[in-house]
Amino acid sequence: MSENRVDENRLIPDKSDTATRARIDHSCQGVVVFWYGSSVLWLVLGSALALIASIKLHTPGFLADAAWLTFGRVRPAHLNTMIYGWASMSGMGTLLWLMARLCKLELPWRRILVFAGLYWNMIVAAGTWQILAGNGTSIEWLEFPWMISIPLGAIFVMLIALTIHMLRNRKEKHLYVSQWYLFGATIWFPFLYLAATILIHSSAAVGVAKGTANWWFAHNVLGLWLTPIGLGSAYYFIPKVLGRPIHSYYLSIIGFWTLALFYNWAGTHHLIGGPIPAWLATVGIVGSMMMFVPVLTVAVNHHMTMVGNFHRLRSSPTLRFIVFGAMSYTIVSIQGSLTALRHVNETGHFTHYTIAHAHLGVYAFYTMIAFGSMYYVMPRLVGREWISSRLIKVHFWCCAIGITMYWIGLSWGGWLQGTWMNNPDVPFIDIVKRMVPYLWSRSIAGTLMTIGHFAFAILVWKMIRREGEWLVEPTLFSSDKESALPSETVHGEVAKS
Amino acid sequence: MNRITLIGAGILFTVIASLFGLVLIPSNQFESMQPKEFTNPDGSVVVYPTQLDSWREEPGSFVYRAMGCIYCHSQQVRPEGYGADIERGWGQRRSVPRDYVLQNPPYLGTMRTGPDLANIGVRQTSEQWHYTHLYDPQITSPGSVMPPFGFLFSTHKDVEPKSIPGIPVFKLPESYDYRPTWIVPNEQAMQLVAYLATLRQEHSLEEVK
Repeated sequence: MSENRVDENRLIPDKSDTATRARIDHSCQGVVVFWYGSSVLWLVLGSALALIASIKLHTPGFLADAAWLTFGRVRPAHLNTMIYGWASMSGMGTLLWLMARLCKLELPWRRILVFAGLYWNMIVAAGTWQILAGNGTSIEWLEFPWMISIPLGAIFVMLIALTIHMLRNRKEKHLYVSQWYLFGATIWFPFLYLAATILIHSSAAVGVAKGTANWWFAHNVLGLWLTPIGLGSAYYFIPKVLGRPIHSYYLSIIGFWTLALFYNWAGTHHLIGGPIPAWLATVGIVGSMMMFVPVLTVAVNHHMTMVGNFHRLRSSPTLRFIVFGAMSYTIVSIQGSLTALRHVNETGHFTHYTIAHAHLGVYAFYTMIAFGSMYYVMPRLVGREWISSRLIKVHFWCCAIGITMYWIGLSWGGWLQGTWMNNPDVPFIDIVKRMVPYLWSRSIAGTLMTIGHFAFAILVWKMIRREGEWLVEPTLFSSDKESALPSETVHGEVAKS
Repeated sequence: MNRITLIGAGILFTVIASLFGLVLIPSNQFESMQPKEFTNPDGSVVVYPTQLDSWREEPGSFVYRAMGCIYCHSQQVRPEGYGADIERGWGQRRSVPRDYVLQNPPYLGTMRTGPDLANIGVRQTSEQWHYTHLYDPQITSPGSVMPPFGFLFSTHKDVEPKSIPGIPVFKLPESYDYRPTWIVPNEQAMQLVAYLATLRQEHSLEEVK
């Protein structure tokens, strides 16, 4: 244990490193701010699409006169802008910065990375437009037509090359666990994306195998792209803000490899009871159950790191968002494993229960961690403070209450929906009518979350325009600075000595 | 440096293993499945699954895709004793991989905001019902949350439109609009309805146990 502590303490550099860190942060400035800024634009657009889709589900006459605004187009447009626009772009920003920091390298290939960001934006814009124009593929999570999804591959090849380049040239020999996760993400996602795109748009997979390819991919977008970025961030920022090492290095490595081994196999639980061979569904169920191992490992590790420091959630916005996300990761993963059980799936499948679960993963876990990361990183890149701690509070509470309400409303309603659907005595139209109040609760929750996103967008806009105070100390929630300051000083790191 | 190669190889191996297990091996298993011949009671022979015709049925499946029908409708009947699909009359038997060998991709769906459509061609044979339902679901199914697809029709008030051979005209019920109203489906609507009529998993396949 003591040996690990020495090892991990490298994460907490002494003051002589301040200049190095400032130089690394400066090298990331243009690239990471561009990717972050773009992601926030997609977040706002995706929220608008989400609200339109949500309202349509209880008020079908809303905006119903144009084909491009029909529910079946707005919904996938929402999903794709959020996944490829918001989540992937914010994730890339954090990934690049974390890699630079942890490798102790100035960010290389900066011009290419800005160009890649522009290119990525154009692809997501063109893909979203194509979905709204009726050229979506109706393959969930892969709705962009092939002539748009194939060109995205070029970025992925660059991303793999960049990560390997940075890891090979790193100045810090120790590989921190976040780097494992980020390295995993940069290999898994490109592989998944390209393989799935080829399988689905060619004749390489036949009939129902296209369905299993679909869910192999879609489940892994969360599991092997957003999850490793989210966990890599949590593994970095929680110890960083607290100024203490992660509880156990070995647990984190076990968590990583078990995630790598088991998450891959979980996707077919989306087809339980469907027209697939029984063994294929069983494999998905086993994979899902085995996920308990990495999830509990990570939960124990994060919790033991936090123990005794929960009062710090009062002051640090980064910590508050990230701990909310890390806790949601535990909840969503346990729920996911249980949902894969045949009996639970019999009721939860085909209902809003699944929609609630998906949002618990992508939103309560990943998105909240992405917010927390951006609160930490952006001031260090721009050299300015967040303009208002009150707006940060609005952002946090709107999103936290919104997603909680969203999850409870739809899980509850969805479970009832499944129970009624499995009872042939309840006419189908009655189920549709009984669901309306729960769908309203989603629109209200979604409105709250959107308000939060606008507050965040204002903050980011002001940050990019450098309207905040010069960065001397981070924006904290409370004036209780004595307890908060030691961990977040000028360039954010701990002067723990 | 060797360490990075090793970790990278491990990472790649995990995902390649699952690609084989979940996609390529099953795909290989389905490849041997082909449509089968069935003899009807009157002696005629049909092949199931049937290829969609390229006149309206196949374009209709593209309309189904373009309108995003899969986001609310599944096309798969669950097995007996698992859910209540068969009791609800959504099919006479569970769906099996052979039902989908000609579908590229199959619209299995994951959501049932609306009912399953695997057998809608058997369950609802009235074209009039389909057209009025698509025009505005409230006419046939009050309380439905399905969006109206009025943009797939031309609407004529007060004066009945001249009929064109091959294109149906429907009069809406007076309870819907006090002014006499006729609707004429456009080509996309006719394609979609033609496609829906092909959705029938009614042949018994021996792999259904």
